Amino acid sequence: MTAAQTLSTPPEIGGIGHSVPRQEDARLIEGQGNFLDDISLPGMLHMAIHRSPVAHARIRGVNTEAAAAVPGVVAVVTGELMAQHNLAWMPTLSGDTQAVLATDKVRYQGQEVACVIASDPYTAADAAALVEVDYDVLDPVTSPQQSLADGAPLIRDEKEGQTDNLVYTWESGDSDATDAAFDSAARVVSLETHYPRSHPAPLETCGIVADINSVTGQATLYMTSQAPHAHRTLFALVAGLPEQNIRIISPDIGGGFGNKVPIYPGYVVATAASLLLGTPVKWIESRTDNLISTGFGRDYHMRGELALSEDGRILALRADVLSDQGAFYSDAQPSKLRAGLFHVVTGSYDFPSAHVTCRGAFTNKAPGGVAYRCSFRITEASYLIERLVQNAAYEIGEDPADFRLRNFIKPEQFPYTTPTGFVYDSGDYHTAMRKAMDEVDYTALRAEQAEARAEGRLIGIGVAHFTEAVGAGPSRTFDIAGLKMFDSAELRVHPTGKAILKLGVKTQGQGHETTFAQIVANELGIPVTDIKVVHGDTDHTPYGLGTYGSRSTPTGGAATAMVSRKLADKSRKIAAHLLEAAEADLDFSAGVFSVRGTPDRSVTIQDVAFAAYTNMPEGVEHGLEGSYYYDPPNLTFPYGSYIVVVEVDAETGVWKVDRMVALDDCGVRINPMIVEGQIQGGLTEGFAKSSMQWITFDEDGNCIGSNFMDYLVPTAWETPRFELLETCVPSPHHPIGAKGVGESATVGSPAAFVNAVIDALAHLGVRNIDMPVLPDRVWAALQSAGGGVG
Amino acid sequence: MYPSSFDLTVARSVAEATAALSEGGEDARILAGGQSLIPMMKLRFAFPSLLVDINEIAELASLERQNGELRVGATVRHADVAASDLAFGAVAAAAPWVADPLVRNRGTLVGSVAHCDPEGDWNSVLLATGATVQIAGADGSERSIPITELIVGPFTNSLGEGEMLTAVHVPVPSGASGGAYLKLERKVGDYATVGVATHLELDEDGRISSAGIALTSVAPSNLKATEAESVLIGESPSGELFAEAASLTADAAEPRSDIRGTAEWKRNVVRVYTRRGLEQALSQARSS
Ligand SMILES: Cc1cc2nc3c(=O)[nH]c(=O)nc-3n(C[C@H](O)[C@H](O)[C@H](O)COP(=O)(O)OP(=O)(O)OC[C@H]3O[C@@H](n4cnc5c(N)ncnc54)[C@H](O)[C@@H]3O)c2cc1C
Repeated sequence: MTAAQTLSTPPEIGGIGHSVPRQEDARLIEGQGNFLDDISLPGMLHMAIHRSPVAHARIRGVNTEAAAAVPGVVAVVTGELMAQHNLAWMPTLSGDTQAVLATDKVRYQGQEVACVIASDPYTAADAAALVEVDYDVLDPVTSPQQSLADGAPLIRDEKEGQTDNLVYTWESGDSDATDAAFDSAARVVSLETHYPRSHPAPLETCGIVADINSVTGQATLYMTSQAPHAHRTLFALVAGLPEQNIRIISPDIGGGFGNKVPIYPGYVVATAASLLLGTPVKWIESRTDNLISTGFGRDYHMRGELALSEDGRILALRADVLSDQGAFYSDAQPSKLRAGLFHVVTGSYDFPSAHVTCRGAFTNKAPGGVAYRCSFRITEASYLIERLVQNAAYEIGEDPADFRLRNFIKPEQFPYTTPTGFVYDSGDYHTAMRKAMDEVDYTALRAEQAEARAEGRLIGIGVAHFTEAVGAGPSRTFDIAGLKMFDSAELRVHPTGKAILKLGVKTQGQGHETTFAQIVANELGIPVTDIKVVHGDTDHTPYGLGTYGSRSTPTGGAATAMVSRKLADKSRKIAAHLLEAAEADLDFSAGVFSVRGTPDRSVTIQDVAFAAYTNMPEGVEHGLEGSYYYDPPNLTFPYGSYIVVVEVDAETGVWKVDRMVALDDCGVRINPMIVEGQIQGGLTEGFAKSSMQWITFDEDGNCIGSNFMDYLVPTAWETPRFELLETCVPSPHHPIGAKGVGESATVGSPAAFVNAVIDALAHLGVRNIDMPVLPDRVWAALQSAGGGVG
Repeated sequence: MYPSSFDLTVARSVAEATAALSEGGEDARILAGGQSLIPMMKLRFAFPSLLVDINEIAELASLERQNGELRVGATVRHADVAASDLAFGAVAAAAPWVADPLVRNRGTLVGSVAHCDPEGDWNSVLLATGATVQIAGADGSERSIPITELIVGPFTNSLGEGEMLTAVHVPVPSGASGGAYLKLERKVGDYATVGVATHLELDEDGRISSAGIALTSVAPSNLKATEAESVLIGESPSGELFAEAASLTADAAEPRSDIRGTAEWKRNVVRVYTRRGLEQALSQARSS
């Protein structure tokens, strides 16, 4: 329980604020989970994909003879065959089209060219290797700068009217006001930096078992999907299947992080193959398939500038982004927002004007642009402002923490409207940051740093204070591929007082089965262990847009609270009937209705539930169930103050984290243990991205980072220990005051780590090292700053 | 990730293994810990038609000291070496740095030696300590060669058809000695970005009587820094001497720029780690 939170239920009920053990863990730990690859259906065939070895080439021909001749091979599917069914191309989540199987050209290494359907996965893999493709290799485009330069090869020559590699241009804010502020500025600081391409890399790769009944037309698609309902509708729209016949079942999911939001070519081919062959078809990605072809995150080349006044106040911000989109534009992003929530780039600071511009460029790389554990490009935004602010402090010779404290939005300014139009719901940034500073004894740390410098040791203290924007809708602003973003919950209380809660959102490990049950427990007093949470099966759950962008609690959690309140209202009627009292005279607390003043006259929620089926008051509808569709009035804005202390080995550039203190304020914490787990995981991912993790390409467009020996995921060994702190300023508009938290730490922490390394070198004039901050980059920065040893 | 199909023979003796190997011809491979071979097969970089599993051959499992040498049998796991009191100097220092705990439980030192991966840690240790390898042939023959003669190039050893390694022998110094293995890796389980094995023996006057320096991941094969070694021998240890040896070692390295870092930086790390490694070896020798 947090200091600011009071418990309204005892531990046996386990409502909000209790660190209830995760209901799903026993099943998962004891090997009784049911993941996609655990699913096996009678007569099921297996699919393997033949992928392009080159980044850019015209296809002269595809020869499938040798592959088809392998015993056990049932079919070889090419782009040509898909084209006959009008399925060689499919829409992306951002209104572009993407090749399902290449027909004209391949546009990135790893692109899907042909699929083999065979009796077992070994045969399918053997045969897929035998597909022969005749390529006319073209010059690859491997950077967005090259992409938009004159004379660059045209990647999307099939797109009508497309004469260059520009995907879009987009802007936000007020350019005139911003220009004026810069003109009057005493100082301007700028930063150019690349937020490298990363990959969500869920431990379970993507996959499908497509099972289409040739008689009934019923399509049961077991899919690794973070958004099963949205996927059902998209399948209906794209493949023309009647929506009532499509059932998407997203079973236990081994991590999503945004990677399981898009629809991938493998899903489409497996579904088409099942339709054509009349048998179930399974496709499971290999690790390499997943890393080289599915939704990546970030890859933003950013330039930011801050205009500063004489007395060290921020006057305005300018940001310009060049986004490397890969070969198809498939950001998982609201259609009105080309750069997602990048315009939250004004961060935690109070200043009047900002202007943001963004261009997207096609390159010969895998498509993606998914919100990898982040709310639509807010990670890039948060990183840019926090790096800029740090540099601004150096520029005016002030401590970076003091600079922040002066420029923060003040508690009394909430709700606060930012220059790009967001309305921050609540916060107290000063208290948060001071608490984190006290924890590390910031003043003493700075003294220690100065002493160490005098001895030639390099210690750095990195600060970051992020503000996130999560929980999309509201539906008037947010949609995915035209589907408006709200979410839902359906609650049914059985006669014995046990309940079943059905959600439109879908866990991938976040703990929904526990957290959402706790919300019901809190509202109705039904013990958590009496509540089953159902999600992921579109035949059995209400419509929703799925889980990503930290939206489950802000939307589905709100819907759960609201539907519980609906049932509480009805329960009150029944209780009044049972107690022969007026509704207004009843108190309701922790599952007990009692008559005010005579507390021994009471009934429990379980009594009420039984009565709902056996002893209803006249004129009241039987049963105790309901549903609620919740359209949030606004996003929620969690925030946090992170402080990292590093020591850099001046001889080699190797750096080590000595301390990391992370204070998060996500409003009311439903299950503090789960929240802390989310934060620990997010910090680990932030540490990974700042220190070791990226996907890059060589000049031929070969992907470097196609397996876990090259794409590094840190283990407990190298991950620093994180010390967690909290404050609690509830969201004023969320029914239980909660804000999303699943992604805060991934969003906020990279800047803290990088700022710490920069801070260790700042006295030498170093202002930027791009992520990942590899030791050779640190060493090179030291060399050119003249601060290297030896 | 699915390998292509292959046959498997489980050998019960060295003779059975070498016979199966020579019968299987060029496409037959020994299967030891499988921690290099199986990933390569799953990635379809290797397509052996026959695997000869040597894990059931009892005589290959021993780790012992005999005749002034540490003998590491062909199925001794990295983890066995890491846990053993018999290991010393650079051998003991390197063992916990090889791969990760899971891989160390299966992978073998001798398999790593045979594999000749320039990013493998063990061959540097063996080059620095002057080890020899024991070879069995299909005709029942046995021979022993210095590690320098086994390493031919990247992923290439000098074994003939039907031959296998049965053990590695590392000489145990009789006097004061010390060794180190410094490895820069990006995370646990990562191959070395730079690895430096150092080995020093001191005579009664405290002069260096024997010196070994060898490098991982910064040349087409594990590299023995012979020039640096020779400036050390016969000298009294000093900061300047080590700095000179470190510079010569850095000069001998042939690093390449890649995703882990630039060649220039790697050469610098070789220099720094050689100096630090020699310092560690020296302090170990002086306290031995
Ligand atoms: C995730 C991971 C991380 C790793 N990290 C490191 C690391 O940091 N440092 C490092 O040094 N290694 C690392 N390795 C490799 C590991 O050390 C292997 O165990 C070792 O390279 C090979 O030993 P093995 O017993 O597994 O051999 P196998 O994989 O069974 O065989 C390797 C090759 O050697 C041949 N061979 C094996 N034994 C003999 C023999 N007795 N005679 C002749 N030929 C033989 C095989 O035929 C095969 O060609 C890593 C491996 C993995 C999977």
